[in-house]
Amino acid sequence: MEKVAIIGVGQSAFVRGYPGSIRELAFEGFKEAVEDAKVSVGDIDASIICSAPEYDKQRSPSGVFAEYLGLIPQPTCYLESLCSSTSTGLRMAYSLVKSGLHDVVAVLGFQKMSEISSAESQERMGRGADIQWESPFGTMMPAYYAMFAKAHMEKYGTTLDDLALIRVKAATYGPINEKALFRKPVTLEMFNDPAHFMSGPVASPLRVGDCCANADGSSCLIVATEEKAKALSKQPVWILGLGAASASVNMAGRDLITGLAVARQASEQAYKMAGVTPKDIDVAEVHDCFTISEILAYEDLGFAKPGEGRELISSKETYKEGSIPVNVDGGLLSKGHPIGATGGSQIRTIVLQLRGDAGKMQVKDPGVGLVHNIGGVGLYGNVTILGR
Amino acid sequence: MSKKKEIDDRFKKFGTVSFTSVTKVNDFIDFLEKGKVMGTCCQDCGMVFFPPRADCYHCLSRNVEWFEVSGKGKLVSYSKLKYAPVGFEGDLPYSIALVDYGDHKIFGRLAGDIPDDEVKLGMEMKTVVNKLPNGQLNYVFEKA
Repeated sequence: MEKVAIIGVGQSAFVRGYPGSIRELAFEGFKEAVEDAKVSVGDIDASIICSAPEYDKQRSPSGVFAEYLGLIPQPTCYLESLCSSTSTGLRMAYSLVKSGLHDVVAVLGFQKMSEISSAESQERMGRGADIQWESPFGTMMPAYYAMFAKAHMEKYGTTLDDLALIRVKAATYGPINEKALFRKPVTLEMFNDPAHFMSGPVASPLRVGDCCANADGSSCLIVATEEKAKALSKQPVWILGLGAASASVNMAGRDLITGLAVARQASEQAYKMAGVTPKDIDVAEVHDCFTISEILAYEDLGFAKPGEGRELISSKETYKEGSIPVNVDGGLLSKGHPIGATGGSQIRTIVLQLRGDAGKMQVKDPGVGLVHNIGGVGLYGNVTILGR
Repeated sequence: MSKKKEIDDRFKKFGTVSFTSVTKVNDFIDFLEKGKVMGTCCQDCGMVFFPPRADCYHCLSRNVEWFEVSGKGKLVSYSKLKYAPVGFEGDLPYSIALVDYGDHKIFGRLAGDIPDDEVKLGMEMKTVVNKLPNGQLNYVFEKA
């Protein structure tokens, strides 16, 4: 069977208030990926532009970007699945390449969130939920995930300190990731100091320190056929497994509130396609939009049994030196979360890890890596397994 | 001269801020005005829907009828918000919640007058219509 590779990865720094337009922001991630792949722009046969809608004045950014990035007259299109847009983009690129329609496809994710206020952003994020039946109650992302946190704490005894330890881990790696928005350490004491901003309530039981922050950023993946990859790249990273699922947008349609069904379904598909089990994963990136999300991910991906995710963090098994390093690039909590760019950044990290190019973040000799990227409140789930 | 067609936009009355005005289940608002929270049930295959739907995905029938949400459900989870989206700031603090009635679940808000220390997961709750200060309508969960 013909394999499909990622031959180049790039991302901009994730920042607050990017001093440029969205096409210029897109260029940052694109330039790095094309240079990393050591291809010329003309080698790229098609592009898929990914973001969450409604942050930009520009409608249909794909055509604008294709022109700015030198990707015309090749076909381009816009694609979204909220926060998992770039993972969905990779899935589509895989299909385009695997089908033989194209040899080399660029997947570009971006988001410039700073053009609107934080409250307006929350309103848009809330409208990523069910606008007919839920948004009129005044919903927002932290409150939804807080409901999962509350239920998990009640059922399994997960504590506020367990959640805080996820942020402490993220902040261990933020300082060594030059692309991350938050580069300062965070301690458990900050969460337990009522005067510290990290401990301020957002949506019970989640506190400021439990939440990732909006950011501006772009990311890019260059995907190629096996033949092109072998011709163009010294270190192709192979797409071994892809899984994707969707769920009821309305919480009333969810049977599971102590985990994300989409993550369980997507990971099952990806493990099966790759022919691996959770034990075979050497390094992982999971969608830690909130601290609870990472604990749910441990369990949904099978790194821990349901209810036992807290033990992985308290025993530091998900640190760089542990048995299953997770988010050792700082995760969304340290990097910031420019929605449409996030999946590409996660995939970039795993590609760099598998190539041994992750610098200070490098874990020891990983062979198989996993990316867990969620859109909305478990509305869309994507799991990607990569190997050398 | 033809008469201008009137738009049935009753649904704009749902919640503090409604993002939908026209839906085939606009009667939901009339029921709220009468103090009733209603779901729908497919008359052809028996599927029960909350929130109410005009169309059954199970058998593709449009033959749905209203039923009144009654009795008690159990609190699955909730969260009390310290910040709110644009347009909802005046409602703070409030809690969003999910209640399980067995054959359907309902997403909404906890009644504002329940003291924090009396809210427990698994507690029995009933769903009641609530008139908001701005004249809009929603429903909230009260202790049953």
